[in-house]
Amino acid sequence: MTLAEATMDAGAATSPQVPVLRVEELCVAARTEGGLKPLVQDLSFDLRKGETLAIAGESGSGKSITSLAIMGLLPQPAVRVTGGSIRFDGHDLTRLSEADLRAVRGDRIAMIFQEPMTSLNPVMTVGAQLAEAIRAHDPVSRTEARRRAVEALRAVRLSEPDRRMTQYPHELSGGMRQRVMIAMALALRPEVLIADEPTTALDVTVQREVLDLLRDLQRDLGTAIILITHDMGVVAEMADRVIVMRHGRQVETAATAELFVRPQADYTRALLAAVPRMGQGAPRMPVTTDPIARVEDVVVRYPLRGGVLGRVTQNVHAVEHVSFEIRKGETFALVGESGCGKSTIARALVGLAPHQGRIEIAGQAMEGLDPPALKAMRRRVQMVFQDPMAALNPRMRVGELIAEPLLIHGIGNAAQRRDRAADLMTRVGMEASQLDRYPHEFSGGQRQRICIARALALQPDLIIADESVSALDVSVQARVLELLKALQAEFGMSYLFISHDMAVVDNISDRVAVMYLGQIVEMGTHQQVFGDPRHPYTRRLIDAVPVPDPAHRRRPSPRLSAETPSPLHPPGREPPRVVLEDIGEGHLVGLPT
Amino acid sequence: MAAYLIRRLVQSALILLGVSFITFFLLYVLPADPVRQIAGRSATAETVENIRQQLGLDRPFVVQYARYMGGLVQGDMGRSYLQKTQVAELIWSRLPATLLLMAGAIICELLLGLTMGIVAALRRGRALDQTLMIISFVTVSAPQFVVSLLLLYVFAVRLGWFPIGGYGTFAHLVLPALTLGILGSGWYSRMMRSSMIDVLRADYIRTARAKGLTRARIVLRHALPNAILPVIAMIGIDIGIFMGGIVVVESVFGWPGIGQLAWQAIQRVDIPIIMGVTLVSACAIVLGNLLADLIAPLIDPRIRLR
Repeated sequence: MTLAEATMDAGAATSPQVPVLRVEELCVAARTEGGLKPLVQDLSFDLRKGETLAIAGESGSGKSITSLAIMGLLPQPAVRVTGGSIRFDGHDLTRLSEADLRAVRGDRIAMIFQEPMTSLNPVMTVGAQLAEAIRAHDPVSRTEARRRAVEALRAVRLSEPDRRMTQYPHELSGGMRQRVMIAMALALRPEVLIADEPTTALDVTVQREVLDLLRDLQRDLGTAIILITHDMGVVAEMADRVIVMRHGRQVETAATAELFVRPQADYTRALLAAVPRMGQGAPRMPVTTDPIARVEDVVVRYPLRGGVLGRVTQNVHAVEHVSFEIRKGETFALVGESGCGKSTIARALVGLAPHQGRIEIAGQAMEGLDPPALKAMRRRVQMVFQDPMAALNPRMRVGELIAEPLLIHGIGNAAQRRDRAADLMTRVGMEASQLDRYPHEFSGGQRQRICIARALALQPDLIIADESVSALDVSVQARVLELLKALQAEFGMSYLFISHDMAVVDNISDRVAVMYLGQIVEMGTHQQVFGDPRHPYTRRLIDAVPVPDPAHRRRPSPRLSAETPSPLHPPGREPPRVVLEDIGEGHLVGLPT
Repeated sequence: MAAYLIRRLVQSALILLGVSFITFFLLYVLPADPVRQIAGRSATAETVENIRQQLGLDRPFVVQYARYMGGLVQGDMGRSYLQKTQVAELIWSRLPATLLLMAGAIICELLLGLTMGIVAALRRGRALDQTLMIISFVTVSAPQFVVSLLLLYVFAVRLGWFPIGGYGTFAHLVLPALTLGILGSGWYSRMMRSSMIDVLRADYIRTARAKGLTRARIVLRHALPNAILPVIAMIGIDIGIFMGGIVVVESVFGWPGIGQLAWQAIQRVDIPIIMGVTLVSACAIVLGNLLADLIAPLIDPRIRLR
């Protein structure tokens, strides 16, 4: 029986008991200089019709490799299946020829990926890419393929599906692109959908919409989903069963409800304990010291130019009339979704973004400073960025990297600087003997510790942590957050903690400001903002966060597909300004406009 | 779009003004004396001075430059010192030959270079890839006259497939165009290879594979349009490099283009011709770049001209 014939009666033969996909003792290995390095070892599982199976694990656990092995998309010949089988519809996918695999791919097993920004071809219209996927498997006319493509776009609740067909990927937001990917994957009604971190790159409210969409579509189509994720919140909300993987091995397999209540393996317990949860932040004593940084009515706009003379046609209103202060020894958090202006404020604070308004560090205004004075002021504020690998020069040794701020500001001699670097290494929980190594020799978490050590070198008053733990695995993230807290207790500096992750912010911050479209819409202590959110946007953000508890019952939320309004305005036009009102004890809430 | 074009054309005019000034200045300070070339070795000092005055070469630099530019804006590129013909006429009569050679060479170069680059990228790390990259390395480093003489010897002298030199039929075009094409193909194949390798690693190629598309469709429809973008920008720059090669190749093959004209003029310090050829070449380079920039958004919708 050929694969095509098999497809015909697959629908009739599949009952809930018979697995759609059976993975047996799968082994995948990579060829390296030191021989074969196992990436996945002895992985076995069944996937039943209509169920969602989550494969959870941290980076390097082999979860993505497993999904690529099922699709036959391993980067061969370097990485290949070395043992076991993947049974699908009477065939072993690991033994199929490329041509037979191609017939399965996209048609019967489809996949969506983590990065919606780069997963669509930038030079082809959305319509062409969708129609192409349909025509690759169904011999239908162009018109018919287009008609089905529009239907698929409507099914993923994209507004104006006809217009979307003629648009290019860069004209769509991340959430819209991920909907296009889902439309493409589900257009041919596959039996299996592999979703590899489908919402990791998306904002939390968009994540909510995409997860709702996936669940609705699964209910309608009966697709079996393999959900690859590192986010235990997403697992709790979406999955029927979970496989926890670590270092290429299956650590634990259980029904979702069971796993969260009675985790069997030590690793699962540790993983669940490390997951940041909302409402776990211990109530803190209010910080009442003097402010170390004060931001007053700061505005950052970027002009967009056009025309013969390069006149300003539009302004990007990145930050609009933002005021707040950060007190000594306090952790102040800015939360909001991408493009809300939170990172621009950080850049303005270190003098990297031209701004209007007033920024004061330790009582001294930044505006009108001459370059030497500005340089001196920069000593007081240091930054830790999101991606530690990109923030460390790969050709410098760790010791040089940590001592570089001292060198730039001409502090101490070479020996003193090295001693200081050695001291800082031990402070961030690493060893002074590692000073002569290069950044690539360390893990992601260690690299972020190195960045923190570098930020500490000048003993700043304020450290700006811009998404500093977002790229780290949860267990590493938990330890880095602990380190940040311990360093604050020891040195007494303040943090400006910028993040999109509500649970992390809830755990670390003293006070919180919520930003939306360049403005602060709510500000207060973390108890006020998280315990008693008043602004509708804050509520939406908090509601959208997946809760790592399968028993948690979510309020049914309206299925939204609204797009964030644009921060672009023609010159002379001001966006409506949010007026903050104190509703008691310093809890500021934006009035409805 | 119109605004963009106007701005680019104004920029181009400024670039040409700069080129004219620098070239004129370099020719002015050149130790070779054009008057000596015209007058001949046996001329008396008086004759030499007469000619110098006649041509206005005794005037200060600024006056000479102003006079030249004054003529130029009226479309007068001056007369050749030796042939006494209008420079514009000389260039105009030879331009078609050069443009034909250039078109032939660019087609050769792209066909050879892009094919080699794509094939090498698809066979990355294998024997075929390594062979092609060695070939490209050889073509990049080979001097123009060596390649042209080699082709002449093999295909014209030994095999007799093509004429040794001259101009007129398609057969005349093959060897000079091939010479320039082979020399340029090395750059293109390397550039295309690395660009293609980058694109083949991209997420959207993985998406295309996950859709179950055939390999041919993935390469031609998804990878190629993305990989070719940097190459298009290169074609614009390449016209400048061509101009250098054309001088040599036209001389070797007796191709009656402006390269040959320039070569003769340089030997005789015929300043008006040198100026004319330089400005026409600069024009070609500027227009080539503009054209490349105008083509890019047709392929990549993310590029917006403003």
